[in-house]
Amino acid sequence: MSGSLAGGPLGSGDLLSLRASGPPRSGRRYDRSAFRSTLVAFGSTIVFFGLIGWVVVHAPNWPEVQRSFLDGAVWAQSVPDIVPAFLVNVQLFCIAEVLILVLALVLAVLRSLPGPVLFPLRLLATVYADVFRAVPGVLIIYLLGFGIPGLQIAGIPTDPFVYAVIALTLVYSAYVSEVYRAGIQSVHPSQEAAARSLGLTQFQALRYVVLPQAVRRVIPPLLNDFIGLQKDTVLVSYIGVIEIFRQSQIDQQAAFNYTPYLVTALVFLVITIPLARLVDVMIARDRRRFLAGTR
Amino acid sequence: MSRTTGSRGVGTTAGPSGQAPAGSGNGQARALRVEGVWKSFGATPVLRGIDLELAEHDVVCLIGASGSGKSTLLRCINLLEPLDSGRVFLEGEEITAPTADVNRVRRRIGIVFQSFNLFPHMSVLANVTLAPCKVLGMSQREAGERAVGLLDRFGLADKRDDFPDRLSGGQQQRVAIVRALAMEPDLLLLDEITSALDPELVAEVLNVIRELARGGMTMLIATHEMGFARDIATRVCFLDAGVILEQGPAAEIFSRPREARTQQFLQRIVEAGRL
Ligand SMILES: Nc1ncnc2c1ncn2[C@@H]1O[C@H](COP(=O)(O)OP(=O)(O)OP(=O)(O)O)[C@@H](O)[C@H]1O
Ligand SMILES: [Mg+2]
Repeated sequence: MSGSLAGGPLGSGDLLSLRASGPPRSGRRYDRSAFRSTLVAFGSTIVFFGLIGWVVVHAPNWPEVQRSFLDGAVWAQSVPDIVPAFLVNVQLFCIAEVLILVLALVLAVLRSLPGPVLFPLRLLATVYADVFRAVPGVLIIYLLGFGIPGLQIAGIPTDPFVYAVIALTLVYSAYVSEVYRAGIQSVHPSQEAAARSLGLTQFQALRYVVLPQAVRRVIPPLLNDFIGLQKDTVLVSYIGVIEIFRQSQIDQQAAFNYTPYLVTALVFLVITIPLARLVDVMIARDRRRFLAGTR
Repeated sequence: MSRTTGSRGVGTTAGPSGQAPAGSGNGQARALRVEGVWKSFGATPVLRGIDLELAEHDVVCLIGASGSGKSTLLRCINLLEPLDSGRVFLEGEEITAPTADVNRVRRRIGIVFQSFNLFPHMSVLANVTLAPCKVLGMSQREAGERAVGLLDRFGLADKRDDFPDRLSGGQQQRVAIVRALAMEPDLLLLDEITSALDPELVAEVLNVIRELARGGMTMLIATHEMGFARDIATRVCFLDAGVILEQGPAAEIFSRPREARTQQFLQRIVEAGRL
């Protein structure tokens, strides 16, 4: 099982797709045909999934699979274990998310600073983004989670949870800083010129004029990255954090049955799908705004 | 006002008169002096030795074909573009000196762009108060009062809480002017501020400028609105291929241009029905 870190969360490409899509449809003219389309979509969905269901249930080995993945007793047993374990993922996610938002912003700002004097800072931020996007996240988690405590420096934390937070923060900050940077670059230079012409310093122009617009534009792609982060919290099970995935492994081994994994998958579905819908809604709203702005 | 003619510009980088008196002899203080300004983008020279002087309360219009360097000159004066050579003095003080504080200079020179460049994430009031608060260190209340006063004066009082995307082009451009005025600049640079507007909105913006001129604001205006230039300018400068080819009172430039290039340019304008 390789987490979605290896593929990398969605990045700045979203900004472009946000612009490239066509105008939104509206108006009464479409109402009747919209109703008909809904009916057709509904019908075809039922036929489609009905067919798949039929094929699966009539597969030669279905009863066997049903026993090992859909065992009611195991289900009832593992839910009380697994759902509380998910709280560990939630904690991990919340703490890392805040740290990522801050660190990534600092990195993005460093990379946007002009002038030859600041070249070392820009270089540092660039190397950081390259390194942490190049190395698979699981490896970073391993290296930090086993390597740093292995140094046995006095007073250094031994709780794997700490290293889990640090590893996820380091990896995701590299991605998120790129998203921020794309946002900063998408703000037209004339905005900065207008700010500077009023006497604002470079930093003030960034702080009051460029960043607020940049951040607003990248909220949907940021949320996409956080969907990725949510799922990648299971990767920290490798360094001994007992979270939802580790817990479901324990339950699976105890019951010799895979149903706990199904429970875990469902928990993620329930949490992630609303977030994904929210992102879609926000992207659609942004597109409308953008089109209104270019009118 | 002297009528100076000709492209004497080549190579007058550091003129003989390095010391610019703030309140000079003839009673009219010099607000702006531009001396031998050269500017290239890559290998293309855009400004080729510009000399220009504005007394206080002068309203000088820059006319000239597209690409003649009007915008570039304004951006150079506001230090948004670095000069290749030459000097710029604001009230006798060299603002192009390496020791000059760029941010302090820009507080004193307002610029309004063709494309408004309002901050879209801020209300009209916030657009106007941002610089007074952050740059001049005024309190929100003080800056707010000043802003409301100015918005009121230019018929924008009821728009203070709107965001720029809710305003017409003319209203947006008037807000941009108010935003520049809120810094109480010594000099206002206007770069074709009506070119992006629908014809019926041009008048409301030009009226604002007329009022500012009556109030004694020193202005350098790049414009394609010849009628407006004739009305308002104390002097018109014809910019051609990076030099000021001819300058003088509007009446003279428009009715008796000396240079062949100026005649051609005005001829084309007349043919286009814009004079
Ligand atoms: N940032 C830049 N980089 C490269 N070339 C530039 C830049 N800005 C202006 N130029 C070039 O400099 C020349 C003068 O441009 P400028 O915008 O000053 O002309 P203008 O007189 O304002 O024209 P218009 O009436 O069309 O606004 C043009 O040829 C333009 O292509
Ligand atoms: Mg121009």
